[in-house]
Amino acid sequence: MIRRHPEPLLWMLFSAGGVVSAMLMPVLVLLFGLAYPLGWLTPPASDRVRALVANPLAAIVLFSLIVLSLFHWAHRFRHTLYDGLQIKHLSEVIAVVSYGAAIVGSAVAAYLLWQLS
Amino acid sequence: MSDHITLQIARYRPEQESEPTFNEYEVPYTKESAVLDGLNYVKDRLDGTLVYRWSCRMGICGSCGMSVNGEPKLTCATFLADYAPGPVRVEPLRNFPIIRDLIVDIGDFMRKLVRVKPWIVREVDKPLSEGEYRQTPEQLDEYKQFSMCINCMLCYSACPIYGLDPKFIGPAAIALAQRYNLDNRDEGAGDRMEVLSEYDGIWGCTFVGECTKVCPKHVDPAGAIQRYKLTAALESMKSFFAPRGA
Ligand code: SF4
Ligand code: FES
Repeated sequence: MIRRHPEPLLWMLFSAGGVVSAMLMPVLVLLFGLAYPLGWLTPPASDRVRALVANPLAAIVLFSLIVLSLFHWAHRFRHTLYDGLQIKHLSEVIAVVSYGAAIVGSAVAAYLLWQLS
Repeated sequence: MSDHITLQIARYRPEQESEPTFNEYEVPYTKESAVLDGLNYVKDRLDGTLVYRWSCRMGICGSCGMSVNGEPKLTCATFLADYAPGPVRVEPLRNFPIIRDLIVDIGDFMRKLVRVKPWIVREVDKPLSEGEYRQTPEQLDEYKQFSMCINCMLCYSACPIYGLDPKFIGPAAIALAQRYNLDNRDEGAGDRMEVLSEYDGIWGCTFVGECTKVCPKHVDPAGAIQRYKLTAALESMKSFFAPRGA
């Protein structure tokens, strides 16, 4: 019997997060973080962006992207602390802080997306 | 006429000395001379007390792994000319306890290896009268790369995770588990999964990738681990959603 520990699930979230954030984040950051604010491109009208985010499908995609990216970060961060700083004896605290932050972040994202819909 | 190069060789007798020291030896070399040839020259002509392991001199036995200028290498397949004008620093493989001079204790690796059952596991062996187990070239290709492993432990020496946490089962053991898991004659994947899906199994790996870089046989243990992580994660999801299932 395979012993149950959460590592496989956390790793799946980590990998999925790696894939989706590598695919979508650079474009989004380039558009909304640089190109629009710096005026390289004409930004779409804000009510159009809002209407887009209010679409349940778009909201789900955005939400998944944010949640998975956060869990990707959490996993990385946790392992970096473990091995990089060699403080594995604090593993429980580190895990709670890393994944806790990802959960809080996800909740905030859910709340904001809900507000916009 | 041959050139000479200086070897700085780590010498250590743990019972008598508190830490390794380095001795320098001048050895002749040509463009065909391996680091191992340099060591043999030292042992035969200059200092018979030097000890190190080797056997085949042709990258097959996996016993001559040492740290050459800080990198894990097969000393029979690493050439002195590439380090000219020298000096060349030869140390025991990192991450293992030193027994003496360039010899490390490989017991930990040997114990890990048997845990993953690196042999063909069958529920019931086919009777001899039914003939051999057949395999197509495609079925062979599935695992062939992992079967090239010569147990040289260079990957363990390069792995920072193993260095920090010797409980980690390590690259070659996982690659060898995959060697048999992916063999169509084998039925031991379930047994191996128990060992590998532990926290100290595949999940210890954070995909640093050094193991694959140093592997002299292009086994790509890092790739084997990543692939197995996916298998194990899917398996554990399955058992999560169908706890009493197959
Ligand atoms: S995987 Fe490569 S480096 Fe590791 S023991 Fe096998 S042959 Fe050596
Ligand atoms: S002596 Fe056999 S691999 Fe180097």
